[in-house]
Amino acid sequence: MTEPTTQAGAPAPRSSKEQASDAGRNRLSDRKKARLDELAQSTAAPGGVSLFRDAFRRLRRNPAAIVGAIIIALFVLVAIFAPLIAPHDPVQRFDALTDQLTPNNIAGPMDGFPLGSDELGRDLLSRLVYGSRQTLFVGVLATLIGLTIGVVLGAIAGAVGGWLDNILMRITDVMLALPALLLAITLVALASKSSQWTVIMAVAIVNVPIFARLLRGSMLAQRESDHVLAARALGVKQRSIVLRHMLPNAMTAVIVQATLTLSVAIIEAASLSFLGLGDPDRDRAEWGAMLGDAGVRYFEVRPELAYYPALAIIVVALGFTLFGEAMREAIDPKNRR
Amino acid sequence: MSLLDVRDLSVVFQRRGERPFNAVDKVSFTVEPGQTVGLVGESGCGKSVTSLAIMGLLPKRGNKVSGEVLFDGADLLKLRPGDMRDRRGRDIGMIFQDPLSSLNPVIPIGVQVAEVLERHQGRDRKQALREARDLLDAVGIPDPQRRLSEYPHQISGGMRQRALIAIALACKPRLLIADEPTTALDVTIQAQILTLLKQLVDESGTALIMITHDLGVVAGLCDTVNVLYGGKVIERARRHELFAHARHPYTHGLLNSVPRLDSPRGERLHAIRGSVADNIPWTEGCAFAPRCDNVVDACLEGPPPLEPTATGGDLRCNNPVSEEVAAR
Repeated sequence: MTEPTTQAGAPAPRSSKEQASDAGRNRLSDRKKARLDELAQSTAAPGGVSLFRDAFRRLRRNPAAIVGAIIIALFVLVAIFAPLIAPHDPVQRFDALTDQLTPNNIAGPMDGFPLGSDELGRDLLSRLVYGSRQTLFVGVLATLIGLTIGVVLGAIAGAVGGWLDNILMRITDVMLALPALLLAITLVALASKSSQWTVIMAVAIVNVPIFARLLRGSMLAQRESDHVLAARALGVKQRSIVLRHMLPNAMTAVIVQATLTLSVAIIEAASLSFLGLGDPDRDRAEWGAMLGDAGVRYFEVRPELAYYPALAIIVVALGFTLFGEAMREAIDPKNRR
Repeated sequence: MSLLDVRDLSVVFQRRGERPFNAVDKVSFTVEPGQTVGLVGESGCGKSVTSLAIMGLLPKRGNKVSGEVLFDGADLLKLRPGDMRDRRGRDIGMIFQDPLSSLNPVIPIGVQVAEVLERHQGRDRKQALREARDLLDAVGIPDPQRRLSEYPHQISGGMRQRALIAIALACKPRLLIADEPTTALDVTIQAQILTLLKQLVDESGTALIMITHDLGVVAGLCDTVNVLYGGKVIERARRHELFAHARHPYTHGLLNSVPRLDSPRGERLHAIRGSVADNIPWTEGCAFAPRCDNVVDACLEGPPPLEPTATGGDLRCNNPVSEEVAAR
């Protein structure tokens, strides 16, 4: 057993008493030493490990993070390679499927169509596969736009302070007081013509106050920090203090939040489509719309039309949530052992 | 003319609905070019607030600064914020207590040293980094080329404080304010850092204001010492005078409370009784009176004035420790 050599860990005590060949005692001191070694390893910051590399190390040890990462990776791969994975064109209506379409019947699984037909005689599997593209696109874009606007507003509020901070924060208070989905529905309804962009913007705007508040909080903490005071004592200009000294240090929490927001954004976008407030283009495969259009109407006839898209939404949202939560735990200094 | 002439500097913290608090109360002292001046006192005596007021780094709201801070004859308190910002880091440098939290954790050391050169001397990044390497070398950081690209958490505490000294001295300021620069370091590193500071200020002719509660630091470094209590200067003396015969009961008590190697075994350490919480406001008398062994009636009738002593210092006390006792 090697002695802990880091400065953080105290070397295991080695008195002459402990070296006495008393078997029970030896086992005890061995255990004690093992515990000290473990302690030293966990508290020591091994040379050259940055915050993110350190966080990554802890992520790898967390099974929830691995499950989440696998789900996300599969989802992204399916979205990218949709044309290769899907057996058919998601828009095309097949005679083999439309032949069996009646008000009381929708074709089930058959040769060449493993999941059967949707309500218009299109291949359900292909539409599910292509739906991942839409979900990824809307989710990522809505999160990015929300993140960008939120970071700008939060940085301004936190750096400038005073009445501007007050006004911005009262606005975010009002937005946070409304249920997110209700606010999103209102925003979509305000748009004259709905498209996938109205959904993206609505979901983005709903998430702006969360980012803004979060960043403002960490900016305020940064403003009081010693290294910002030290930078001011060097005569560094206000602009570079905000952009170089405060913002990069305040972003950690926001990055974690963005991962969690991805799952929320996916669910919110799907909800809007489910309610018929999404993209009016019926050709475009979208999980929320599939669930709303056919899933509900034909639930008595073929419940799978609802089950599959719902399952897809849940699994993907779960993946992002698992990964986001794990990342929060990994980065949060309070959770550092 | 003195390099820095602080006259009647007062800082009052004021919050709505609360009694204003006099953190610094008419403090005056001067710093000559190349001289090292100590500001000594316990926690809460106003030494850090004094330094922040000189630097113009107190928060904009919630406090009132009055008096004059003449640097080279110009009143720093009256400068426009932009002009003051140009002077910070160029004319006046500052070192803080905790070297880890005073460095930006996400920027490499080299860039942090270079930043101040770019800001004040108009160097481009490449030139600034080259000079940064020489500066790190000058403060005794081994392998400076490699340190340039390392982050604060990757180097040791002593090296961080050396890096901070390099940053503070990068533009060769004429005045350096060191706010408890060794408090967060262990004793062996403390000695190294103090030796380095002394050597650097001696070489460059930089004046130094040393803020500390550690009398050992004062003994090794300062030419003149100002002892602060409750926001006021209570005693000022040249270093040797102060250590040879401290006249103020507070200073005397402080020096007596330092453990000595030659004291008999089993002897209890001396302590000043009470705590800062027992202070009375200066308007009602001497703030130290409730803790003082030499207290007389006059101490509770009003603040004693700061008066020159025979040995060339100043003293604010009605009943100072007698010469014989002080010299013991």
